[in-house]
Amino acid sequence: MTVVPGNTAGQTDSAGRPTNSAAPATPTDTATPADSATPTDTATPADSTTAATNQPDEIAGPAAVAPAAAAPELAAPEIAVQVKNVYKVFGRRANEAVRKLSRGATRDEVKHLGTAAVIDASFEVARGEIFVVMGLSGSGKSTLIRMLNGLWKPTSGQVRIGGADLAEVSGKELRAIRQRSVSMVFQHFALLPHRTVRDNAAYPLEIQGMAKAERLAKAQTALELVGLTGWEDRLPSELSGGMRQRVGLARALAADTDVLLMDEAFSALDPLIRREMQEQLVEIQHKLNKTIIFITHDLNEAMFLGDRIAVMRDGRIVQIGTSEEILSDPATDYVAQFVADVDRTRVLTASSLMNRPAAVVPMSAGPRGASRTMREAQVSAAYVVDRSRRLRGVVYDSEVVAAVRAGITSLETLVRDDVTAVTEDTSLSEIFAPASESPLPVPVTDAAGRLMGVIPRVALLEAMVPSVSEDHDEPTASEVDDAPVSDALALAQQGAHS
Amino acid sequence: MITAATTSGLPRLDLGDSAASFVTWVTTTFSGAFDQIKAVIVWFYDLIDLVLSAPPFWSVVLVLVLAAYCVKGWKLAVGSLVGFVIIATMNQWDNAMDTLALVILSSTIALVIGIPLGIWAARNDAVSRTLRPVLDFMQTMPAFVYLIPTVVIFRVGVVPGIVATVIFALAPGVRFTELGIRGVDKEVVEAGHAFGATESRIMRQIQLPLAMPTIMAGINQVIMLSLSMVVISGMVGAAGLGRDVVAALQRVDMSLGFEAGVSVVILAIFLDRVTSALAARAPVSQALAKAAA
Repeated sequence: MTVVPGNTAGQTDSAGRPTNSAAPATPTDTATPADSATPTDTATPADSTTAATNQPDEIAGPAAVAPAAAAPELAAPEIAVQVKNVYKVFGRRANEAVRKLSRGATRDEVKHLGTAAVIDASFEVARGEIFVVMGLSGSGKSTLIRMLNGLWKPTSGQVRIGGADLAEVSGKELRAIRQRSVSMVFQHFALLPHRTVRDNAAYPLEIQGMAKAERLAKAQTALELVGLTGWEDRLPSELSGGMRQRVGLARALAADTDVLLMDEAFSALDPLIRREMQEQLVEIQHKLNKTIIFITHDLNEAMFLGDRIAVMRDGRIVQIGTSEEILSDPATDYVAQFVADVDRTRVLTASSLMNRPAAVVPMSAGPRGASRTMREAQVSAAYVVDRSRRLRGVVYDSEVVAAVRAGITSLETLVRDDVTAVTEDTSLSEIFAPASESPLPVPVTDAAGRLMGVIPRVALLEAMVPSVSEDHDEPTASEVDDAPVSDALALAQQGAHS
Repeated sequence: MITAATTSGLPRLDLGDSAASFVTWVTTTFSGAFDQIKAVIVWFYDLIDLVLSAPPFWSVVLVLVLAAYCVKGWKLAVGSLVGFVIIATMNQWDNAMDTLALVILSSTIALVIGIPLGIWAARNDAVSRTLRPVLDFMQTMPAFVYLIPTVVIFRVGVVPGIVATVIFALAPGVRFTELGIRGVDKEVVEAGHAFGATESRIMRQIQLPLAMPTIMAGINQVIMLSLSMVVISGMVGAAGLGRDVVAALQRVDMSLGFEAGVSVVILAIFLDRVTSALAARAPVSQALAKAAA
């Protein structure tokens, strides 16, 4: 049995079996070598789900959703940035406009009072999270990000960075917060053209008043991190766009703040360079665990980077959620239209597609039990799991029936482990290969190798169709299901389309 | 002060008389202050003139040619040398040095006043709005007109010439400085704020260096305007080439007029090329030039 990305290598032995299976209680299981019981093994899948739902919901506001990155072991995510009912209206009668907006007036209705750039924005960003604000130009996202470091003052509402309310602090304190807690990367790089790459990267530290030798050493570390070694003595004008933005990133990293604001940071770059930078950013984020707030108009970029995404339209945040939530459950027609042409295969993961397997046979059931289960579910093959729900392989009806006739009482010899499993966070694009190799639905396992569900091929195909045109595509889906192929999809979703 | 009717039939508005009585009032009220200003200007002028005129011709030429070589290169140095020799052979060297002293002093004063005003205007929209019509007025008022009140206030000599020149040449210093600072990439200034820099640091390390090419162009303009004005101020008794030009005009002396005029042209080209070369040596200009190469 092979496992597609996401699963750590150490969890399967050379034969492809999980090495740390639970201690067997039934005689049929005793044949498995290298069995050992560890405390964590006793946890059932149900336990982890409970842990996830019991996760305290720290996020305020109706649209807010718990961060996707928050793993169950992270008890209470520390809030790095808190934005509460923030309004920004440009114009002389801004306060009046805010009063009307808060009573439900639209942006156009208050046009005569001022330009409402941001209307009632509320969200919280946990430490170590990548939070993407996505919207088209004029949606207010640039204004919003500039309120997070006090470049703009909100007309009303609160912005808290590390507990300090930016509206309350003095100019000196605000500068201290900018030096210590929140740095920024700009769309057009905003480098000093007359300073070398090294001096540019060291500039925030110069502002902080750090001694020259120390700040240059720190700048060097940051430049190494973004892969600019050897370019330190060049001027920004001698660098390509992608490299200039690396300098911008190195400068923000050298400041060594917890929060990193990125304003359309990769929008001015070529698509290929952009992808490279996105991957590098994710890598750096894993290494340094920065809190990143990323502004973009590119939905694919938002989906690739964001632990959570806030979609903005006309100054309002219309939806906050993980990329999957936004794709599969758009809050408004606007969001639905927006996500219609996203490359869903890169965003959707196995966990959002998987169904409950129709027929799962415990190892202890034996050939007789397996044949009964398959008969009841009207399938011709079934996945076999051990007591801890770890996937052991697959058994086929003909072999099981033959085994029953021959009087064999253990499934051990019948289980075939030539099954390719994927993990829950495997992206859709990587599931096509295993799905095409076998007529069986693709099994999905968690990190410990437990069977979490299966992805029938039909579900894979269905997922490719954007939800806006769902009605239109319904007949096609059932056609596929009714086709003779469905016989081969032995473990098809229980009760679906029957 | 509406007195007789005009040819258009409208009543006569004596704006000129008002201006004249205002100048008279200013002269009598602040005569003490003006005497002080006059003394300071004369002192500075004499000092600069002494430095330029007292040493032997060749030593001054050597210094100027060396300066041309340093800021630009040997071509400008050779050209300057030829030009200065031509001035000397026309026996206009002393006049040229007097004029150079006037230009140096008046453009320095104009820049000392103009650049801070430009910075202020760049940072404050109200100041910018107020200054704009004032600068328009100063720049478009015929240059000769400035000589009248300055003569009334300071009497004939070098000082009214310098003061009129400062007023006339002030505008581009203010305008170019404001333009340069306002033209600095907003994002770069934002970056300064975003990393917690103070206003004064942003001005020193971001806005002024990035605006420097434009400010240098303004300095060049101030110097060129000063040169044209110090020639005109020969009419009120300022020393230098201007006095010969005015004398040639009065006597219809073609040869003197030509020689003084050519000397002005040579001096103008020298000053223009040197200041342009200085502008190109600003760090930001060099960085951009490197990118283009």
